[in-house]
Amino acid sequence: MRDLSSGWGRALVFVYGVFAVAATGRSLVQLGTDAGKAPLAYSLSLLAAVIYLVATTCLLMGGRRAWAVAATACTVELVGVLSVGALSYAATDLFPDKTVWSHFGQGYAYFPLVLPVAGLAWLRSARLAPAE
Amino acid sequence: MESRVAAVTNWLEVLVYATAGIAMVVTVVLLVRDEPAAERDWVFVLLAVAELVLLVQLVVGCVNLATTDRDVSGVLFVSYLVGIALALPIGAFWSLAERTRAGTAVLLLAALTVVGLEMRLDAIWGGAGA
Repeated sequence: MRDLSSGWGRALVFVYGVFAVAATGRSLVQLGTDAGKAPLAYSLSLLAAVIYLVATTCLLMGGRRAWAVAATACTVELVGVLSVGALSYAATDLFPDKTVWSHFGQGYAYFPLVLPVAGLAWLRSARLAPAE
Repeated sequence: MESRVAAVTNWLEVLVYATAGIAMVVTVVLLVRDEPAAERDWVFVLLAVAELVLLVQLVVGCVNLATTDRDVSGVLFVSYLVGIALALPIGAFWSLAERTRAGTAVLLLAALTVVGLEMRLDAIWGGAGA
């Protein structure tokens, strides 16, 4: 298996790192200032933050176990962005404040929607490639 | 006083968008031509200029925050000022070990991060929360 953080993986790790920092910072501020305003949205922000952190760490670590955890994180992330994205349109009252995943990541130039797909594609190609 | 500070801030914003925008155009051209940015020293000179603007913005932003009577979330504003100043150095450092197209892409993503954070910074100055 190929190193997960070299080649295009390097670009992927950079974006995951940015989102890990952005989502963690945002959810901490949201929960710290007014947690009661939108508990569901803020919990989902925190969940997104944790998933980005896990994915970034696993991509950096490499190896079979990290690969498996990263694949799980990316899958949860994809399910999350699709379901929260759809729910934020269908049930607006559930989301009085935005999360990273609201409206399929519109506030983040749709990066949250592209990222898990890119991540899963990268993990797949890394598994198929011979070790360097 | 407020209007003069605001004018300086506007110029800084224009400079941030301009330098980050130029960096984006340059990296896209290099990506298309498949010329690794790591072998073009002038690209890093350009990034250094953009970074200088962001460091000036960090100082001016803190001064503005201290002198304004607007209702701006201080912690949030300063964390964005610091975060935006970290994006390019981290991106440049991270890209150097990858002397291929992917390394150039990291620089493009770093410049894109600067533009995204600058837009948020502007919104936070206008009173937006997290």
